[in-house]
Amino acid sequence: MGRKANAAGSPRFRWTLARKKIVWAYIFLAIPIVFFAYIRIYPTFFAFQMSLHDYNPLAVEQPYVGLENYEKVVEELSKKKSVTKSAFRNTISYVVFGVPIQLCLALAIAMMLNEIRFMSTLYRILFFLPFVTSTIAIAWVFRMLYQPRFGLFNVILQFLSLPQQPFLTRPQQALPSILALVIWQGMGFAVIIFLAGLKQIPRTYYEAAEVDGASRWHTFRFITMPLLNPSIVYLLVLQTISFLRMFAPVVAMTEQGRGGPLDSTTTVVLRVYREAFQSFNMGYASSLTVVLFAMILGVTIIQLSVTSRRIN
Amino acid sequence: MRRLLAVLAVLVILFALGAVAGAQDDMVEIEYWQYNFGARVDAMNMLIEQFEAENPGIKVVHNSDIPYANFRDELAASAPAGVGPDVVTLFYGWIPAFVDAGYLVPLPDDPFSEEFILETFSPMVANSKFEGSYWAIPTAVRSLALFWNKDIFADAGLDPESPPANLDDFVAAAVATTVYDGDMKDILSITRQGHAPALASQDHHWFREVLIRQYGGAPYSDDGRTVTYNSEEGCAAFSWLAAFETELMTGSNDILDGSTNAFVNGETALHVDGSFRVGTIARNNPDLNYGVAELPVGPNGERHTFGSYWTHGITRRANDDPARLDAAVKFLQFITTPEAGTLWVNNVGELPAQATAAADEGLQADPILGAFSAGLAYSHATFFVDESAQRQVLIDAFDNIRLGGMDPCEALDEAAAAEQELIDAFWADRE
Repeated sequence: MGRKANAAGSPRFRWTLARKKIVWAYIFLAIPIVFFAYIRIYPTFFAFQMSLHDYNPLAVEQPYVGLENYEKVVEELSKKKSVTKSAFRNTISYVVFGVPIQLCLALAIAMMLNEIRFMSTLYRILFFLPFVTSTIAIAWVFRMLYQPRFGLFNVILQFLSLPQQPFLTRPQQALPSILALVIWQGMGFAVIIFLAGLKQIPRTYYEAAEVDGASRWHTFRFITMPLLNPSIVYLLVLQTISFLRMFAPVVAMTEQGRGGPLDSTTTVVLRVYREAFQSFNMGYASSLTVVLFAMILGVTIIQLSVTSRRIN
Repeated sequence: MRRLLAVLAVLVILFALGAVAGAQDDMVEIEYWQYNFGARVDAMNMLIEQFEAENPGIKVVHNSDIPYANFRDELAASAPAGVGPDVVTLFYGWIPAFVDAGYLVPLPDDPFSEEFILETFSPMVANSKFEGSYWAIPTAVRSLALFWNKDIFADAGLDPESPPANLDDFVAAAVATTVYDGDMKDILSITRQGHAPALASQDHHWFREVLIRQYGGAPYSDDGRTVTYNSEEGCAAFSWLAAFETELMTGSNDILDGSTNAFVNGETALHVDGSFRVGTIARNNPDLNYGVAELPVGPNGERHTFGSYWTHGITRRANDDPARLDAAVKFLQFITTPEAGTLWVNNVGELPAQATAAADEGLQADPILGAFSAGLAYSHATFFVDESAQRQVLIDAFDNIRLGGMDPCEALDEAAAAEQELIDAFWADRE
C-alpha cells in the first residue's frame, strides 16, 4: 500500500504497459457499472424518494407528503375488499402454488432426462424451448387456447365428452389458468439448472448406495436432495422473486390487461403499473413497489438462511 | 491518449456547428401527438400538410406511433423528461386529470372565446368548461347508435330493414336472433348472439347516460359531484342490461372473441357502438350487411345518447415559449374549422364538432352516419374525473352480477360508493 502511494506520488511514476492495461480494463468495465448504476440503482432509490411525495408525473411540483402513501397502502389492505388487497393476495397465491409445483415438476423431469440417452438432446430442447420464447406471444396463444367453446382445450374436452370450462372468464379458474402457463413456460430454466446439478453428483455415490441396498426413495432423500441443495436454493430464490414480480402474462391474458375478471388475477406489479400510468399516482405506486421490495428482500433472506445449510 | 483528445475535439466542434445551425433556423417547430388510429393519422397528415402550406414558418412534427394502450404512459414518461407534445389530442374524459396536474394551459380567449365556442361548437363541447376555462377543443365528436346485422335479422324471420325502435323490441329481437348449439340454452352453447352486453366497451356509457335516463333516473347530480345512479330507476335499467346474459342468455363478452369483434365478424345481431366503429368494419369486414339506427327509445319514450370526443389541448411546454405558443394556437385554430371537420368526417367517420358542418344535409341523410348525426341533438357527455377507474367500477358491478350472482341493486350500490370515493378524492385534492 505505502509503496504504491509513494510510487504514484513520486515524480518517477511511469505509465508502464501493464499499468496502462489495467487502467483501460477499468475504463471499459466502468461502462456497464455506470449503466447499471444509472438504469437500475438510481431508479430504485428514486422510487423510495417518490413514495414520500404526491408524485404526479405530469405535474410541475411534487409535494412532499411524508408517509401518507404508506398509510394508504395499510388502509387499502385493511379494507374488506380492495384492488390492492386482491393484488397482494393473488401475488402470494402465485408464489405459494407456482414455485413448489414448478420446482417439483422440473426436478422430476430433470431426473428423467438424466436417465435417458436416446434423443436426450431433443427432449432437453423441447423442455427448454418455452423459456426462450417471448412471454407475450405465448400468453396470447394460450389466451386463444383457453377460449370458451372454440379454444383447443375446450375442443379436447368436448371430444372427450367432458363439460366445457370457462377458464380465463371466471374468477375461480382464471388464476390457475394463468399460473399453469407461467409454470410451464419457466420450467425449462429450472430443468436445465437441475440437470447441471445432477451431473455434478458422482455416480459412485449411487453405486455405493446400491451396494448397501438403499431403496430409490432413500437414494433420493439422502444423496440426490442434499447434493442438489445449492441448485434448489438458487432456484427457490430466483423463482420466488420472478413469481413475486408477475406482470406480463396477466396483462396479455386478461380483458384489456386489467387483471380481471373481478381482480381475480391482478398482481402487485400490475397494480403499480395501473396506479402509476393510468391514474398518475406515481407516489402511491412507488410506495407499493417499496413494500414489494421489502417482501422480496425478506423472503430471500429467510430462504437463504433456512435452506443454505452446509451438507456433510 | 492523444487520439482520444482528438476524437473529443472533433465531437465538440460538431456539436458547436449543430448548435449554430439550429440557432440560424427561424422555423418554429411544434410537436403534435395523438394515439395511433389509422384513419385519424391519415386525416391529420392531410390537415398538417394544408396547414404548413398556409404557414410556411411553422413545421408540425406529427407523432402518431403510440398505440392507444400506451398513450398515457408515454405522456407520463415524456413530461418529467421535459419533452413531449405542444399540442396533444386527449379523450375528453381525461381533461380534468391533465388540468389537475397542470399539464394543459387554458385556451387563449383570442380566438377561443366563450361566445365563439358556444356559438360554433356542438353543445357537448360547450359543456366541457372546467374551473371557469376551456382547456381543449375538438375537430370531431361522436355519439352512440344502434348497429344491427341485416342478414341475421333476415335469417331469424325479422324484417331486415326495421331495427328495434324501443327497449322491448330490442329484447324481442335479441331473443329471436340468438342461436344455440343443441337444446341447452346457456351462454357456452351460443353460436350466434342476439345481443352481448360488454361494459368494458360502450355499454357502460349506454347505461350511464342513456338507459338510466330512459327509466326516469339520473346518473349524477347536476354538478356532477354526486353519484345518483344507485336508485330504483338505475337498478331497473341495470337489471334490464344484465338480463341479456343472466336470464335471456342472448350473448356474452366472454365468447366469440368479445362483443365488438363478434359484431364485426357477423356473429351478433344487435350492438351499441360509436361512429368510429364504422371504419373498423370497413377495414376488417367490408362485406358485413349492417345498418345503423338511432338508439331505441326507453320506457318513458325519451331519446338519449352518449356523446364523446377526442380533443386537442395546448401543453405547458408550448406555453413556455411565446413563438411555439403562437404556432400552437394557429395550428389548433386550423384543425378545428368546419372545413377540417368535413375532411375528418369523410376520412374518419367522426362527425364535425362545429354545428354548421354537422348540420350538413348530406350528412344527416347518410344511411350510416345519419343516425349518429341525429344523436348529437340529445347527447350527454359524462364528466369523468378518472375515466379508466370510473369505467372499472361499472365493469366490476356487472361482473359481480353475472359471475358472482350478486343482486343488481346491491352491485350498483357498491359501484356508486366506489365511484363516489373517486370523485371525492379528486375534488378533495383541488380544494
